[in-house]
Amino acid sequence: MRDVTAPVPLTLEAVTIAIGGRPLFAPLSLTVPPGGVVTIKGASGSGKSTLLSHLCGTLAPDFTATGRASLGDSPLDGLPPEHRRMGILFQDDLLFPHLSVGGNLAFGLPAGLDRAERAGRIATALEEAGMVGFEARDPATLSGGQRARVACLRTLLAEPRALLLDEPFSKLDTALRGRFRAFVFEHARARALPTLLVTHDPSDAEAAGGPVIDLEFA
Amino acid sequence: MEATRPGQRRGWLRFAPAVTLLLFLGPVGAGLVGAVLPAFGYLPALGGDGPSLDPWRRLAAYPGTGSAVGMSLWTGLAAATLSFTLTTGFAAACHGTRLFRRMQRLFAPLLAVPHAAFALGLAFLLAPSGWLLRVLSPWATGYQWPPDIALSPDPYGLNLILALVVKETPFLFLMTLGALAQVPADRTLAVARGLGYGRATAWIKAVLPLVYRQIRLPILAVVAFSVSVVDVALLLTGSTSPTLAILIMRWANDPDLAFQFVAAAGACLQLGVALAAILAWTGGERLVARLGRRWVMDGARGGAEGAARIATALTVAVAGVGVAALAAMGVWSVARRWRWPDALPSEWSLGNWAGFSGMAGGPAATTLIVGLVAAVIGLVLVLACLEAEDRAGRRPTSRALWLLYTPLIVPQVAFLFGAQVLLLGLGLEGTWGALIWAHLLFVLPYMFLSLSEPFRRLDPRYARGALCLGAGPNRVFWRIKLPMLTRAVAIALAVGFAVSVGEYLPTVFAGGGRITTLTTEAVARAGGGDFRVIGVFAVLQAALPLIGFLLASILPGWLHRHRRGMREGL
Repeated sequence: MRDVTAPVPLTLEAVTIAIGGRPLFAPLSLTVPPGGVVTIKGASGSGKSTLLSHLCGTLAPDFTATGRASLGDSPLDGLPPEHRRMGILFQDDLLFPHLSVGGNLAFGLPAGLDRAERAGRIATALEEAGMVGFEARDPATLSGGQRARVACLRTLLAEPRALLLDEPFSKLDTALRGRFRAFVFEHARARALPTLLVTHDPSDAEAAGGPVIDLEFA
Repeated sequence: MEATRPGQRRGWLRFAPAVTLLLFLGPVGAGLVGAVLPAFGYLPALGGDGPSLDPWRRLAAYPGTGSAVGMSLWTGLAAATLSFTLTTGFAAACHGTRLFRRMQRLFAPLLAVPHAAFALGLAFLLAPSGWLLRVLSPWATGYQWPPDIALSPDPYGLNLILALVVKETPFLFLMTLGALAQVPADRTLAVARGLGYGRATAWIKAVLPLVYRQIRLPILAVVAFSVSVVDVALLLTGSTSPTLAILIMRWANDPDLAFQFVAAAGACLQLGVALAAILAWTGGERLVARLGRRWVMDGARGGAEGAARIATALTVAVAGVGVAALAAMGVWSVARRWRWPDALPSEWSLGNWAGFSGMAGGPAATTLIVGLVAAVIGLVLVLACLEAEDRAGRRPTSRALWLLYTPLIVPQVAFLFGAQVLLLGLGLEGTWGALIWAHLLFVLPYMFLSLSEPFRRLDPRYARGALCLGAGPNRVFWRIKLPMLTRAVAIALAVGFAVSVGEYLPTVFAGGGRITTLTTEAVARAGGGDFRVIGVFAVLQAALPLIGFLLASILPGWLHRHRRGMREGL
């Protein structure tokens, strides 16, 4: 896939998030190199998902974040979410129910490509997922594994510069889970995306292979 | 280091709540001022340069003001109490049963039919020459001819109360359904029944307290509406026992312009009556809560079952009356010869429709256009307010949005009277713009009531995910939120349209007699006494909103017919 910008690392410097003046966790500093995975572990309620929504720029107004986050040399803080190019995958696939599989993928593609190019990229993506010819399908008719892969491809087609994983494997059954995890990590590595994974499952951390950080209560 | 909150945007949209509120509260306030000033003798156009208490003195001296106030309070509070009791008892006895779902399907269309159409249908049922006496005569009543009594002697306003209950029970029931979806009703009920409580007792003791908070505003709107309703009262109360709202209409239409001052004082009094009714209701709430708390904690596992069963029977009866009223006007609209006391016409004909289409065509077109325009404007404003709230987080202006409900609480008679004075002054009375705006005052709150819940309940992660895919907030709104809300938007449009079709008083005041709709025509023709003409108007008036709801229930599913995930809920 075409990517006009060279891979860059994702850096967090002393990032904290507070609600009502009370910080959720101790200041966090880390660097995820291009193609690398850093795993953040923490109990539920520790603020891991909140951290990811802060990095995407979709933090709810009740929260206040401090510290710096940047992609390479460019700071993320203050940018609206749609200009950050942070791809995110949630626990649920969140495929848009009113769009076809092809429509969901097209929503991810950047604007300014001609029609043939768009169709071509969608077809290639579906091929990578082993779902050739699924363009017109209703997402509601897909299996859980297929839905997860479409969600991942939709994120990747938006040409993100970093990937945030908000426990995207936790709702899949064990067999599917391993395969989908491999699928996601393989694609992230192929695109040299810095990947930040939050999870409470040790097997996810193990599969990711990178450093593991425990999110501590402040 | 600076705290950042990139979710907040700047743009015209953030003014939407403030602008909408101004557009609505301004005129309501001005309308009230326009009633208060003449009430204290100030109305230069009619030579009133007050301040004076003369209007109030004349109001107090008018024979019947006192009993009219009593009549308003009695009919309004009785109707609201009955409607609420029936709804609660029915929901308690039937939650989760098949009857519950069936009533839901029956009540939705009953709610869509305008008040005036119902009142006319009830008159068809209850009048001396109406269906009820036809069916009972002569075998049960002994009457060979229609009894020679006035249409409604009815000194206790029972017809009015019945009509209001027939309309308000469906409304409160559907509001209760919406509230039940927001609270963990099924689980709460399961826990309570597991503790040994009977079905209805469990519902009233454990679920009602959760639900009541959510439907309090619609209930207060029902209370305020019932004590100040005009069109239903005009159609169903006897001339000897008018409510205050009817007296105000008489004064406002009196050829002697001096009565304008009395009408203004009456409008202020009507506001007081509505406030008194609301105070009485909230006082009752406190009393019931106090006694209820003791009852909830006394451990009795049953106790409400029998009462709830009675309420269920009455609710079904009320729905039956509603259906019979609709049927009565349908039958009259195609009757040619219908001798008393035959139960059905001896000759049927579509001639009424052919004959009266010339009469009804103009008002029907006006009704359609005003309704559609008001509903579309209402939709734009409601969506703009909700989207602004979503982008900015709940801020003071959006928190103040509940003020939108003011026109539902403040009696129409009270501020429309003053608003008419205002419109006259601006030379806008009788214009389409004034008419549509007057309708919007009531269309908008109901649309907000209908759309805000689904909009706020939409899973925010869809929008967040779309933003992270690089779509701007506007694209997310048009491509994700709006299509996902297709069903809710369609229902809101149908609600707005139905409200507009049913508006009587705003049409009379803002239309200035120059623009008439099906509703004003139907009410005006009710005095004429030709049941066939009235039948045609009433059926048309009921049919328009019903078609709206039919489309709203079919179109979204058809638009998304290839998407299984869009069939339910959203």
